[in-house]
Amino acid sequence: MNTLQDTNPTALDGVALNRREWLSLLSAGGLVLGLSATGELHAAEAAKFGGDAMPGGLVDNPLVFVSVDPDGTVRIVCHRSEMGQGVRTSVPMVVADEMEAEWSRVRVIQAQGDHARYGNQNTDGSRSLRHAFDPLRRVGAAMRALLVQAAAQQWSLPADSLVARRHEVLHPASGRRLGYGELAAAAARLPLPARDSLVFKRPQDYRYIGTGRVRLIDSPDIVRGKAVYGIDVRLPGLLHAVIARPPVLGGQLKTLQAGAARGMPGVLKVVELKSSALPPLFNPLGGVAVVASNTWLALRARDALQIEWAHGEHASYDSQAYRQTLEAAVRQPGKVLRSQGDANAALASASKTVVADYYLPHLAHATMEPPVATARLVDGRCEVWAPVQDPQTTRDTVAAALGLKPEQVTVNVTLLGGGFGRKSKPDFVVEAALLSREMDGRPVQVTWTRQDDLQHDYLHTVSAQRLEAALDAQGRPTAWRHRVAAPTIISTFAAGAKLPAPFEIGMGAVNVPFPIPNLSVEAAEVSAHARIGWFRSVSNIPHAFAVQSFVAELAHAAGRDHRDYLLELIGPARRLNPAAELKDSWNYGESPERYPMDTGRMRQVVELASRQAGWGRTLPQGEGLGLAVAYSFMTYVAAAIRVRVSPSGAVQVLQVDMAVDCGPQINPERIRSQFEGGVIMGLGLALSGEISFKDGRVLQSNFHDYLVPRINEAPKSIRVHLVPAADYNQPLGGVGEPPVPPIAPALCNAIFAATGRRIRQLPVGDQLKAG
Amino acid sequence: MSTALTVNGRPQAIDADKDMPLLWALRDELGQTGTKFGCGMGLCGACTVHIDGQAVRSCITPLSEAQGKRVTTIEGLEADRTGRAVQQAWVALDVAQCGYCQAGQIMSAAALLRGNRRPTDAQIDEAMAGNICRCATYTRIRAAIHAAAKALAAGEVR
Repeated sequence: MNTLQDTNPTALDGVALNRREWLSLLSAGGLVLGLSATGELHAAEAAKFGGDAMPGGLVDNPLVFVSVDPDGTVRIVCHRSEMGQGVRTSVPMVVADEMEAEWSRVRVIQAQGDHARYGNQNTDGSRSLRHAFDPLRRVGAAMRALLVQAAAQQWSLPADSLVARRHEVLHPASGRRLGYGELAAAAARLPLPARDSLVFKRPQDYRYIGTGRVRLIDSPDIVRGKAVYGIDVRLPGLLHAVIARPPVLGGQLKTLQAGAARGMPGVLKVVELKSSALPPLFNPLGGVAVVASNTWLALRARDALQIEWAHGEHASYDSQAYRQTLEAAVRQPGKVLRSQGDANAALASASKTVVADYYLPHLAHATMEPPVATARLVDGRCEVWAPVQDPQTTRDTVAAALGLKPEQVTVNVTLLGGGFGRKSKPDFVVEAALLSREMDGRPVQVTWTRQDDLQHDYLHTVSAQRLEAALDAQGRPTAWRHRVAAPTIISTFAAGAKLPAPFEIGMGAVNVPFPIPNLSVEAAEVSAHARIGWFRSVSNIPHAFAVQSFVAELAHAAGRDHRDYLLELIGPARRLNPAAELKDSWNYGESPERYPMDTGRMRQVVELASRQAGWGRTLPQGEGLGLAVAYSFMTYVAAAIRVRVSPSGAVQVLQVDMAVDCGPQINPERIRSQFEGGVIMGLGLALSGEISFKDGRVLQSNFHDYLVPRINEAPKSIRVHLVPAADYNQPLGGVGEPPVPPIAPALCNAIFAATGRRIRQLPVGDQLKAG
Repeated sequence: MSTALTVNGRPQAIDADKDMPLLWALRDELGQTGTKFGCGMGLCGACTVHIDGQAVRSCITPLSEAQGKRVTTIEGLEADRTGRAVQQAWVALDVAQCGYCQAGQIMSAAALLRGNRRPTDAQIDEAMAGNICRCATYTRIRAAIHAAAKALAAGEVR
């Protein structure tokens, strides 16, 4: 068996990374693959999980995260990026509660990119509270201890005779009190308390944690137009740039006529940005940039550019043809990812089998704020302001692009007008940095238009899947074979990568808990012809769609109630070791002991959602109730969706019931809001979302042809049922992404219940309207 | 080459091409970044402002069309009681997630309530269908519009 130090290239995926590099790539515990801009990979550290395994690790030094002004204002650093999940409220809230600070006297400071100082800042993978809840409690508890100690010293009293409460330290026996402002300076000079001396508050004493009553910290600014997103950054002398990028992946500039553009008012420069060789990594796509005195003049001048492109090797990428390729691939045996018994033999000899093919297209993130970044160079330092999910990788990537050290780059993180995974990739920030350098360091803001955004995204991958099952006389599956063909995210980082990574198949392909005696999960080798990235819940989307639709199809073939069949298939309540029993070596970067797959919790959410939705009652003609369950990012979610399908095939979603078990609920109000929104995002990708290619180019260009949900398509009622956790020491599950995966299968199961028509390809679009 | 108009109650003279969309004039010439860019084609509503009280998509409204008119942006909405009601409801119900689209949502909602004091769900959906929210805060947008309407009718808005 190779050791971690083995540097012999492995044949894995035919990509020439050595084994150490692959392990670090895959053990990074999340969707940033530990890959720095120079291609160096962070060293794998075996047996570290969760936040400890992330680049930068976890920091709990209170003096890094908290400062108190003399007037008592408490400034708490938020080291995670705010993109709507409420992290700028929830992260400081935990600290404030533990340190007994009044929320009304808290101000939130957004951390610059510096994971050596703050710990991991990569806001992705539904990890912020999952990883940081305990360190944040320690920060708050340590700060409280420091303030108490400072008072103890000032009063020459034992610390254990004092109490910290509501922004002050009290000596109950005498009534003496000092506000935090008065104690701050002394507290900051004290040695930090030992971790094992910290005393957490009892949950019954929480003022904010778990209450769902903390107002969003940025609401007042948002409703008055004062909130600063990346696109709102304004600096003296700011220039504005837009870029014409090669329409096909890997394309290069061939000829340029820029005379007309250069002569237009407000245009300062037209300059070529070189296109890097593939793989894409986080490199800018290159192209032709127009730098002007304002955004509109830059846009107008870009329209006047006459450009010919050398499109390169991906110029024939065609979604219809590629679908044939994917579907052919899953009709063949693939690389076996997980195997029990002999699925091939069992299927071949079965008297009753069910087979289904599922197809999902590319999706775009389409954040309301498109990618945008501002950069300037001063005295050999680069400063950027950008809405980025991963500030440290941004820093490293910009530094490498400019030939600087990371310490010479400052990354200021603005609010993000949506992220969903797009803004984890800092290619757009490098563009701004390079253009600032072109303009002798003057501040330049590069804005992507909606068309730029849709046509140059790191797209959610396209997939074809084939599921086959053999049923016994009672209709139970005795064999299950799941084949997946989808270009891998790894293709963005390693040329020629054709097989999915453990983190992709660990999102609902290999880790099905069904105790089926003959089971095979396989992956086909397929190439990528677009930049593939991660989109809110990632490979859980296609895998949950196929698996949860197929289970409903099996139930129907067996003549059984779907919910009962699903529960029977999940099996009795038990805890499965993901690595040992499910061939999931990734487990979201978490310890298999700390985070087993708990089928009891899975059953519970199925029962809760279906009960709340009124499963089993007779519905009016044209209405149907559909059910699906998905375990993702350590959280169990079941969705029960009731639809009405009109005789003409129009789908109306009447009600959605979500049952959620995410463990401890730190900010229940934001959990609900993430589920309310995630439901609708899931409905949108199921009903209408599609990015398609012809002649190497994305066909869609704006919201008239990339259709996303609008208010009139939102269900009248979305009910979120949260399963209470036993206590706050239970491991947390994620919240940002888990809402999405069960929606598409639950919707299509509902459509089947309403109409008898089975949707196996997304988006639903007009499929029900034909004949 | 100067366009005179009033923005949030203050006279402005904007020195820019008359074809420049009002959106970019506000954001880049006046530095008022509350009004957002989302699509540039009038499809998403992020750029919604009021011109003489009417909601318009500023990304497809040339500066020339705003000449001599009163423009209200999100930054000036609180001068108006209906606007304040909408903002207060948005805060009370924690409508926002990322918040980027919400200026446009609020401007559309305020215009709706000025013309229709107690809109039905269907009327809300129709009036607000031009405002996209990718975080999909729609169920709370509906609730907040109802809450603002109720507060206005009850005289609870200062």
